Amino acid sequence: MFDKKFKIANKNFKSRLIVGTGKYKSFKECANAIKASGADIVTVAVRRVNISDKNKARLMDYIDPKKITYLPNTAGCFNAEDAIRTLRLAREIGGWKLVKLEVLGDKKNLFPEMIETLRSTELLTKEGFKVMVYCNDDPLMAKRLENSGAVAIMPLAAPIGSGLGIQNKVNIKIIRKQTKLPLIIDAGLGQASDANVAMELGCDGVLINTAIAKAKNPIQMAEAMKFAVISGRKSFLSGRIKPSLFGSASTSNIGII
Amino acid sequence: MNIKNKIKITVNGKQMQIIPKFTLKSLITKLKMPLNKIAIELNKKIIDKNRISKIQLKKGDKIEIVHFIGGG
Repeated sequence: MFDKKFKIANKNFKSRLIVGTGKYKSFKECANAIKASGADIVTVAVRRVNISDKNKARLMDYIDPKKITYLPNTAGCFNAEDAIRTLRLAREIGGWKLVKLEVLGDKKNLFPEMIETLRSTELLTKEGFKVMVYCNDDPLMAKRLENSGAVAIMPLAAPIGSGLGIQNKVNIKIIRKQTKLPLIIDAGLGQASDANVAMELGCDGVLINTAIAKAKNPIQMAEAMKFAVISGRKSFLSGRIKPSLFGSASTSNIGII
Repeated sequence: MNIKNKIKITVNGKQMQIIPKFTLKSLITKLKMPLNKIAIELNKKIIDKNRISKIQLKKGDKIEIVHFIGGG
């Protein structure tokens, strides 16, 4: 079946898998995992430069922002002001306007603070940012984000880094039905089958960091995620059979001996 | 240079001493920071990187220099 292009804020992307660049053992491992994943968007964070170690390697030395789209995030921000400050700085580094907004409300479960998230989405959109929003899996909040100018809705599957997989498929399905915006599962996936399920639910993409970076073999897991996303998308587009409680033989009884 | 003439500033949370009329550009050069990979804030205001040679640092200035690191 024909698949439409994966488009975010009027830009086409080849891969429906977005990967994070945190938690790898080295920049080299991170770069190899990105290559294996086939991703053309990666999330990055803004932090202070270490001024006492001037020769320390930088992410940008390993992952070329001319070849891979950088998606700056607001990790570690707990209010709109911090998030906006962070993304203004990110924009200043190299003109990035497509950003991932993530305003947290709790240090333990890392759930999004949705009131601040909503406020930040409005303010950033007014400033010309294209805001992809990490959010909870509440369809009503997702609608409000959409009305506030978000360019992508990115509900969590489960707490960030938990690896629990999608906990509330019903809500994800409802959000899928109500929005035409790109719907991307962000956070909480643990293995390839989780990514597959997300795509079979009709999501446009998935964003994965920990499940790849902390796997025993991150490069192989990156590749597994790539195929899971492709397979899940094709499965969704192919139109699954209706589930039945009873069996239906695959072999005809005609001509039975 | 007499030490009394030195000016105290804070860069990324660390105290530094500079000579009077030291520009933001001189600071970036001294720290060997690649301009195309960083963003600079001076007293919480983002600085246009094209203007750093025109900005002289003053006593108590707080400078933040940031870059991209790995993140999810």
